[in-house]
Amino acid sequence: MARDQRAWDEPDLESKSLLRFITCGSVDDGKSTLIGRLLYDSKSLLDDQLDTLAADSKAVGTQGAELDFALLVDGLQAEREQGITIDVAYRFFSTARRKFIVADTPGHEQYTRNMITGASTADVAVILIDARKGVLTQTRRHSRLVSLVGIRRVVLAVNKIDLVGYDQRVFDRIVEDYAAFAGALGFEEIAAIPVSGLRGDNVIAPSADTPWYGGPSLLEHLETVDAGRETADRPFRLPVQWVNRPNADFRGFSGLIASGRVNTGDTVRILPGEGEAVVTRIVTYDGDLKQADAGAAVTLVLDREIDISRGDLIAGAASPALISDRLSADLAWMDEAPLDPARSYWLKLGARTVSARVVAPVSVVDVETGAASAASTLALNAIATVEITLDRPLAFDPYPENRDTGGFILIDRLTNATAAAGMVRGALHKSSDVQWQELDVGVDARAAQKGQRPAVVWFTGLSGAGKSTIANLLERRLHHAGRHTYLLDGDNLRHGLNGDLGFSPADRIENVRRAAEAAKLMADAGLIVLVSLISPFRADRALARGLLPAGQFIEVHVDTPLEVAEQRDVKGLYRRARAGEIKDFTGIDSPYEPPETPEVRIDTTAMSPDAAAEALYLALERRGVLNPAFAAFDYTI
Amino acid sequence: MSEDRPGPVSGIAAATRPRLPEDLRRLEAESIHILREVTAERANPVLLYSIGKDSAVLLHLAIKAFYPGKPPFPLLHVDTTWKFREMIAFRDAEAKRLGLDLLVHTNHEGVAAGVGPFTHGSAVHTEVMKTQALKQALDKYGFDAAFGGARRDEEKSRAKERIISFRTKDHRWDPKAQRPELWRLYNTRIHKGESLRAFPLSNWTELDVWRYIQLESIPIPSLYFAKPRPIVERDGALIMVDDDRMPLAAGETPQERLVRFRTLGCYPLTGAVDSEATTLDAIIAEMLVSRSSERQGRVIDRDGSTMESKKQDGYF
Repeated sequence: MARDQRAWDEPDLESKSLLRFITCGSVDDGKSTLIGRLLYDSKSLLDDQLDTLAADSKAVGTQGAELDFALLVDGLQAEREQGITIDVAYRFFSTARRKFIVADTPGHEQYTRNMITGASTADVAVILIDARKGVLTQTRRHSRLVSLVGIRRVVLAVNKIDLVGYDQRVFDRIVEDYAAFAGALGFEEIAAIPVSGLRGDNVIAPSADTPWYGGPSLLEHLETVDAGRETADRPFRLPVQWVNRPNADFRGFSGLIASGRVNTGDTVRILPGEGEAVVTRIVTYDGDLKQADAGAAVTLVLDREIDISRGDLIAGAASPALISDRLSADLAWMDEAPLDPARSYWLKLGARTVSARVVAPVSVVDVETGAASAASTLALNAIATVEITLDRPLAFDPYPENRDTGGFILIDRLTNATAAAGMVRGALHKSSDVQWQELDVGVDARAAQKGQRPAVVWFTGLSGAGKSTIANLLERRLHHAGRHTYLLDGDNLRHGLNGDLGFSPADRIENVRRAAEAAKLMADAGLIVLVSLISPFRADRALARGLLPAGQFIEVHVDTPLEVAEQRDVKGLYRRARAGEIKDFTGIDSPYEPPETPEVRIDTTAMSPDAAAEALYLALERRGVLNPAFAAFDYTI
Repeated sequence: MSEDRPGPVSGIAAATRPRLPEDLRRLEAESIHILREVTAERANPVLLYSIGKDSAVLLHLAIKAFYPGKPPFPLLHVDTTWKFREMIAFRDAEAKRLGLDLLVHTNHEGVAAGVGPFTHGSAVHTEVMKTQALKQALDKYGFDAAFGGARRDEEKSRAKERIISFRTKDHRWDPKAQRPELWRLYNTRIHKGESLRAFPLSNWTELDVWRYIQLESIPIPSLYFAKPRPIVERDGALIMVDDDRMPLAAGETPQERLVRFRTLGCYPLTGAVDSEATTLDAIIAEMLVSRSSERQGRVIDRDGSTMESKKQDGYF
């Protein structure tokens, strides 16, 4: 156990940046061992801790006479006895360049809850893969959750590389497999590193056994990777935590700046109200500031008496947040007690707590495949896209824009348990004044009268993929066959119903939501509704699917490779997007997430539009949509 | 500034103090955010003041969090009657200097029964004079949230504890049923009789604490600095003879030895370390090459009951 001095040979008291990362992997991938190895080899363990570890390793270890690093991280008695990790553990270590906080999360049953918890404060995710096993179901789950929580930088640690004989082909194949699957998850960086936690290869220093690998060791990478934390150029947000009134002469509003920057003299707006005021002082114990940035805990004094209480959001007047009593969100259920849509929950976002209800049905996402299905409840560890109604308007931002003003928790009012973690997608318009009207003539009666089953055929694909062409041909075909149809075309909707929307992510979500709601009403009228809409985001299409009874939503992926669509460029839009004249253009500077399990996939490079329309007509027939005999029952496909 | 401003925390004026490094600024802001959040959401919080370096930092952060007001909660010290004498003097002076309410609680039943570390051993002493006493005090004043200076880097079970840690009516901690804690969102909701322990220093390390004390010039007891002190060596621990309650074995004579303490607790249970560090610079330099952790000198960590089981029973 003879070791040289600690990693920081020189006392370094100057600024070091801080990186928070999470490690995720399946049971037996060797996570705890890898973290233990990082702590040990970076000399962050002290003698008495090592002595304890040596004794523990002998008593309950699994490595024979060797140190069992897993025991360093598994701190609870039950964990050590059963050799598993139950709860998120936070470990601290430091090198000459950086300080690190590692969240180690269990790879077994409670994985979703613990992973989301650990990931919520992480800048980077280290995803472990056992080199002998390759990309597993668990890997896909973990990656999807990491992406959901908004982590954009991932390290793929291909562990136990020693057990595959340091074979480059094994490593390359795993990296390829992973890249193929992770392409749709929106990661900005995937750094793949061959390591052995047990033997220390490429953990701290490059390994002599992987001469084919020219990249940095895991620690070197973690020391230099961009933490990607927010900068001061974002909109100013300060959730008011505390109204500071020590005496009649002082009234300040305390909070942590969630994003952006504030200067004295700035005009701010107090949300969710309309009131505006000018910042006269930025008070701290260490003296007044002229300017304060994201991450600072400050107390603002304003130039006028204005009604502000805890939970209000102080925002830059030029860039206020969204305000609504309805929002759409991704929800991760964390409680043993399942979601009850009939019940009201506390929703805490920033410093405000309001009453909230989750609207059924919800759109449950299969964490393994990304496929969505409608459900009326959510069980522990389920992920879903939901609509939430609040008892009063709330100020918030979409989660991808701001974790602090877009992340929320739901609290069970009876048990006080933290029941769910939520990530805001966007605001939905107020519906609090509108009561649902029960109608006597139902959808079955309307459909039966038309001799058909209602359906929504949802065409998704890149701009210029051929969606509208095929949808138009299909509608003609159906019309000739005496069917009752309607075609909702994305471009046409933008001239009317969606005329007020642009192409920002929030507007795109709203665009899809409105189209989906309109389609739902028409299906309710008994129609066969064709929707032709780029609808680039999987989650939005899942939301649309969730609005309809199971089996009514038929997703058609009009699959045209980007090069082909761009080459066709019927409307000249790609050329303009490439020239920078059009921003947020799908496929160019805005992502398209292809459906993973569409009901129908049309490869337009292999099939003419006419043939595609005919194939779809036959598919509808097969599903019983055109057969009145099936009209009143069996909606499952 | 306003009349309500507590006295300056150190001899150095705020304006001349060097700006904190980025990592400490971030930790400071996080702690202030936690202090404000729990104080705003709980009816009757209290700050557990144990007089050590972590408590000193916690108190300093509480002053900052509510400036120019005062922290709207009292300090509570659980006095086992076996603390170093200097700690008690320091405690009273600090409370007076800052103009804060200080509550001191002692388990008088334990005192009446003569419980002490020499007669009953560290496990019983800690259980009766610390754990039970703390529960008595929290119940007596009806505190529903207690701030403590514990850090996750101290001990393995601490590494698994939440920043806001839920306790049942019996003050028990259930490590397997902890509330998930996401982003900077803390669920502080409890039913009547239940309580929270809040740990604003969760993400600080021992080195962070020392650097912060140095940069912010936070007063700490001089026991942390090296000085010749009367020492006897028992089971490898250097115990300071702080008063005449300490029974000496035949042939056991206190030796003057240049030592200091890395943590402070009950004097018979707190081992000193040989050291020549008489300044904060020297302490930090010593820490950087030290090969043992700060809890190494804590006798109670080796008394057979783990920190995890103590915590389940209601120990901080």
